[in-house]
Amino acid sequence: MSLAQINQVKALALAVPGDDIDTDRIIPARFLRCVTFGGLGEHAFRDERTGPDGKERAHPMNSAQAARIAAAKQGVMVVGFNFGCGSSREHAPQSLWRFGFTAFVGGSFAEIFFGNSTTLGVPCLTLSKEDLAECDAFVRANPDVEVTVDVEKLTVSAGAKTWKADIAASARDGLVKGKWDPIADLLEGADAVAKTAGGLAYVEGK
Amino acid sequence: MAKTLFQKVWEAHTVRKLPNGQTQLFIGTHLIHEVTSPQAFGMLRDLGLKVKYPQRTFATVDHIVPTNELKEPYSDPIAQEMIEALRTNTKDYGIRFFDTTTGNQGIVHMVGPEQGITQPGTTIACGDSHTATHGAFGAIAFGIGTTQVRDVLATQTLALSPLKVRRIEVNGKLAPGVYAKDVILHIIRVLGVNGGIGYAYEYAGTTFDGFSLEERMTVCNMSIEGGARCGYVNPDQKTFDYIKGKPFAPKAADWDAAVARWASFASDAGCQYDDIKPFKAEDIRPTVTWGITPGQAIFIDEKMPALETLNAADRQTAEDAYAHMKLAPNTPIKGTKVDVCFLGSCTNGRISDLREVAKYLKGRKVSPSVKAIVVPGSQLTAIQAVHEGLDKIYIEAGFEWRGAGCSMCLAMNPDKLVGDQLCASSSNRNFKGRQGSQTGRTVLMSPLMVAAAAITGQVTDAREVFKV
Repeated sequence: MSLAQINQVKALALAVPGDDIDTDRIIPARFLRCVTFGGLGEHAFRDERTGPDGKERAHPMNSAQAARIAAAKQGVMVVGFNFGCGSSREHAPQSLWRFGFTAFVGGSFAEIFFGNSTTLGVPCLTLSKEDLAECDAFVRANPDVEVTVDVEKLTVSAGAKTWKADIAASARDGLVKGKWDPIADLLEGADAVAKTAGGLAYVEGK
Repeated sequence: MAKTLFQKVWEAHTVRKLPNGQTQLFIGTHLIHEVTSPQAFGMLRDLGLKVKYPQRTFATVDHIVPTNELKEPYSDPIAQEMIEALRTNTKDYGIRFFDTTTGNQGIVHMVGPEQGITQPGTTIACGDSHTATHGAFGAIAFGIGTTQVRDVLATQTLALSPLKVRRIEVNGKLAPGVYAKDVILHIIRVLGVNGGIGYAYEYAGTTFDGFSLEERMTVCNMSIEGGARCGYVNPDQKTFDYIKGKPFAPKAADWDAAVARWASFASDAGCQYDDIKPFKAEDIRPTVTWGITPGQAIFIDEKMPALETLNAADRQTAEDAYAHMKLAPNTPIKGTKVDVCFLGSCTNGRISDLREVAKYLKGRKVSPSVKAIVVPGSQLTAIQAVHEGLDKIYIEAGFEWRGAGCSMCLAMNPDKLVGDQLCASSSNRNFKGRQGSQTGRTVLMSPLMVAAAAITGQVTDAREVFKV
């Protein structure tokens, strides 16, 4: 399987502030009532964006900037800490990716969200608290300036600013080598898998 | 060298090191349900792959099943489509399916233990973050995304990096009216909802030693709410006794060897932990959440935090929480009006939960202003409860007695809050909109506290209501 090498993402950015944004908020459970991921993009952050009266709320995802990202089908979302916590639903990164986001920059990411995003080829880079605040402020003040998320060099930069970023070494390796979907590697290990399975009594039905 | 259970299980299931530095880990037991698996089967078909070890994947249906409608087709065509998709997929690939007609259907995290599929020293994965529940048996169990469900179906392995291990030691005896749910809510309150990122939690100490397997499941279940992808309790005699005789438990000739093997996985004396956090059972009181994350919790007799006592980041989340919950800082939560009471979920929908509440509920009546529902987590639990006459106690008290499933924990079926109703809930998440209404409000608590709320129509102290 041949996948794109994701060395960097250069795109317009949108700041979505707040810590502990859970995946129920990113994609409410009623949109999980489906057997494909198609169509999830338009429902990303649905209940944050639309009030109970059906009217649009003030939310970054309703901004002109978000619309530009959706049109370009590429964008960087700048988030807070523990982004994507809660439910393991892959529908969450799927919805944001289908909306148009191709990279995340934040303080920290919940592990399952991080793994689900990486497997989609969407890098999640972390910045220090201070740098994240600066990046967030920059993005809000300069909506027309593209942000570069450099997975290879481990930096996030915009305009004259460059911040030192981080990502798990294995995720970085997979993204830059175009092996962010592990299925090919996992399939290759079939003989070794059989050997491990053979050593596990419960797998053998004992 | 002395090792933790996590290290031993990890080593026993390591297939090889992958080029990116991760471990290819064998997943001995794979559980699937209707919400996070259909896309994975779709990917499998697109790639022309087969299910490698169909006998090691077990399926059930829980999230979308209606709890007050047993006949199919369901009035909700999407629910029908999702259950049909799982029927087709399990049939096509030869996977055992605990369907609604089997009498063994239920929340996936209850079916595994009930069937004896959940065993010590094993790896368990499921496209559901509450898979940590199975850690109660000394398994390394964790939630995965749908693409990873595909990986397990196709290869019975995952690409993963090992976790650090934090020992959470709780010693002492809980006061009457204080439950496993209060213990885990308290731990999350203290360590934070992101405190467990990068860790497996090992729950140890005399409090957990004294817990039944069902109580241990309640604690392990909510590990993810503390940011930890998995949590476990070392297996002991109680664990083995629980498994014995279950349908998938090792049979006579293999039993002794299995027990010896299971026991050998327990963390060794003198092993090294990456972190240790001690707690005293005596310090824990009935705990309720007041906000929109499970860490926003207080003891029932405390006031909700004043904003000025919080740091900047917590304050922002708290302001958001108070606005959503329509509650005021620095006031008691006790006395807050309750509209709906939900007793159920993979956290607290087991037979011991139903028994404990029934013990106190006899002869009491649900407040006329409250809609109260009890949803046994599994069909086996429901059958057992009916056998013991528990259903009558609930129905006489004014609860609606429902069929098995996830129900109002996440409201993917017709059980939903309406408008800004406030729900006293024995479930695990108080996220905004979690219970099916965008403006709905959730207060997490133990099952007995839910019953106390049902009777008084308020968030209240069960110890006072029931003279515990």
